[in-house]
Amino acid sequence: MPSITRQPFRTAVLVLVWGWLLFLVLAPNLLVVGASVMTRDPGTFISLPLNLDAYRQLFDALYLEVFLHSLYMAAMTTLVCLLIGYPFAWALSKLGKQRQLLLIFFLIVPFWTNSLVRTYALKMLLATNGLINSALMGLGWIDEPVQMLYTEGAVIIGLVYLLLPFMILPLYSVFDDLRQELLLASHDLGAGRFATFIHVIVPLTLPGVLAGVMLVLLPAMGLFFVPDILGGSRNLLVGNVIKNQFLDARNWPFGAAASIVLTITMAILMLAHRVSKQRIGEEGTG
Amino acid sequence: MKKTLLSLSNLTKQFDGKTVLDSLNLDIYDGEFITLLGPSGCGKTTLLRLMAGFEHPDAGAITLSGDDLTGTPPEHRPLNTVFQHYALFPHMSVFDNVAYGLKMEKRPKEEIRERVGEALAMVQLQDYMRRKPHQLSGGQQQRVAIARAVVKRPRLLLLDEPLSALDYKLRRTMQVELKRLQRELGITFVFVTHDQEEALSMSDRVVVLKDGVVQQLGTPREVYERPANLFTARFVGETNFFPGEVESIHDGSITVDVFGLKRTLRRPDFPVQQGQPLHVLLRPEDIRVLDPADEQGVAGKIVERNYKGSTLDSVIHLEDGTEVLASEFFDEDDPAFDYRLGEPVKVSWVDGWEWLLPEEADEPVHEDALTDA
Repeated sequence: MPSITRQPFRTAVLVLVWGWLLFLVLAPNLLVVGASVMTRDPGTFISLPLNLDAYRQLFDALYLEVFLHSLYMAAMTTLVCLLIGYPFAWALSKLGKQRQLLLIFFLIVPFWTNSLVRTYALKMLLATNGLINSALMGLGWIDEPVQMLYTEGAVIIGLVYLLLPFMILPLYSVFDDLRQELLLASHDLGAGRFATFIHVIVPLTLPGVLAGVMLVLLPAMGLFFVPDILGGSRNLLVGNVIKNQFLDARNWPFGAAASIVLTITMAILMLAHRVSKQRIGEEGTG
Repeated sequence: MKKTLLSLSNLTKQFDGKTVLDSLNLDIYDGEFITLLGPSGCGKTTLLRLMAGFEHPDAGAITLSGDDLTGTPPEHRPLNTVFQHYALFPHMSVFDNVAYGLKMEKRPKEEIRERVGEALAMVQLQDYMRRKPHQLSGGQQQRVAIARAVVKRPRLLLLDEPLSALDYKLRRTMQVELKRLQRELGITFVFVTHDQEEALSMSDRVVVLKDGVVQQLGTPREVYERPANLFTARFVGETNFFPGEVESIHDGSITVDVFGLKRTLRRPDFPVQQGQPLHVLLRPEDIRVLDPADEQGVAGKIVERNYKGSTLDSVIHLEDGTEVLASEFFDEDDPAFDYRLGEPVKVSWVDGWEWLLPEEADEPVHEDALTDA
């Protein structure tokens, strides 16, 4: 029962939360929206009049190609993360509780190191005279170094390396909630392993898949330092475009418009996630 | 002669070196309602899972009408399970849940619709087809689970404590409903429960299990009135255990000394010798509470009385400290019939209503932990 004496605490918490959302989430986003519809100005970055030139520029063939290539690399990253993460999370959920905790701990340990540093470490592995090439040549499997760095593959490897935990954790959570009884019921009603996978396991883990996709796809389009370090000049992400517009090209309206498109993509994915959870129902994962 | 449907022979199952089932034999007849009864950890759920195919026995065989089922995976066994927590698919509607088994059989759409409709009508849920499981009450979910299991017309229905999650009133209703379904469908029901009242009221036969070993197999009446051993006597219903000693043996009867009373009782099936100690078992409803002036009976005093509506249940302390439970029906002639606490009485019974059991080496008679559950 809420007592009178607790009201001040309640009020303080509410003010804090709403204040945070208002000044640190809503206001900055409104500023970005505002910037996206203004005119580029070499002196003050942005100026009136309002217009939609920046959005029109997004459909420019050159940028459209960058967007699509970025989306392609992000999608590949997400797919690879899903292909590794789904069986990993499934297997993880089948282990004993002690081991589960240990493996999740190992999954989280890399976060303690700055991702920039980790990306440079990856660069040393992939370089022409890097560890992998040296090892392969030492074993006599290849005669000359393989070009790995500054390729599309290198960017995708870098992104997968950084983002895989964000796919595994939500998947682990849905697998952990998946009741064994439901799988037994499916077998009991005449479904084999494959039918059970398709009709029971996939639909019940779909919210986790969508959550993982959300947590991987969007960042994968934004992590500009990965192509900067591993990708060379051709493998750009939307994040690189945004960064370049703000810092190099000084075209704030265009950078803002690109970042809003990213935000909208995110919103659509979140909506899909919500719908999939509602399909299962409130008690679905409990 | 009853036909055996499912036959379990020498089933043995161990988990981590602990024996859960110990070469168990059981024949289940076609069309019967058989209950596996026992405390938690007695192996009843494991036995059910072996029948369903969720577990595989370490030794022994399961045959269905003569066909070996031991290595058959659950999806190919012609029997279905009603799970303790229903295990309804949360992402499917009631219709899709019930239709699942038929879809797996690749039945034509029209047939599926018809049979699902029939199954849901049978549990009075035909108006709930479009609902999701989380939009149903516990009792309704239970009915969907039953409809889903019977729609495939299994030879055998396995029910794993299906009523344990329901409240008392709903449980009574579902007990009656399950009996009706079983009669109408003519399907053999194997029902697992730890609730002895439920077992007695629903079953054609009861299997009392303890530590993976069958303690007794019989009709509810046999199990209640003629328990095979002390465990069954204690687990099924309330029982008073009086210590007796054989005084003399005659044709068809023996004289037993109980609390100094010499009573001539029916001679039991097990061999008896003069001077042998044995247990005289009496159900609370078989106890007669007499006037303290009565010559028959053992003296004691009332220490507890509980009004139960149709009966008056009392606890009587005998002079040597033995506790006796008595359950007496109210008499029409004396509606105000009652006891005072501390009131002196005498306790007796009608000869022939008792049940005799021999001493058992490792069976302490009064162990409260075993009497509940």
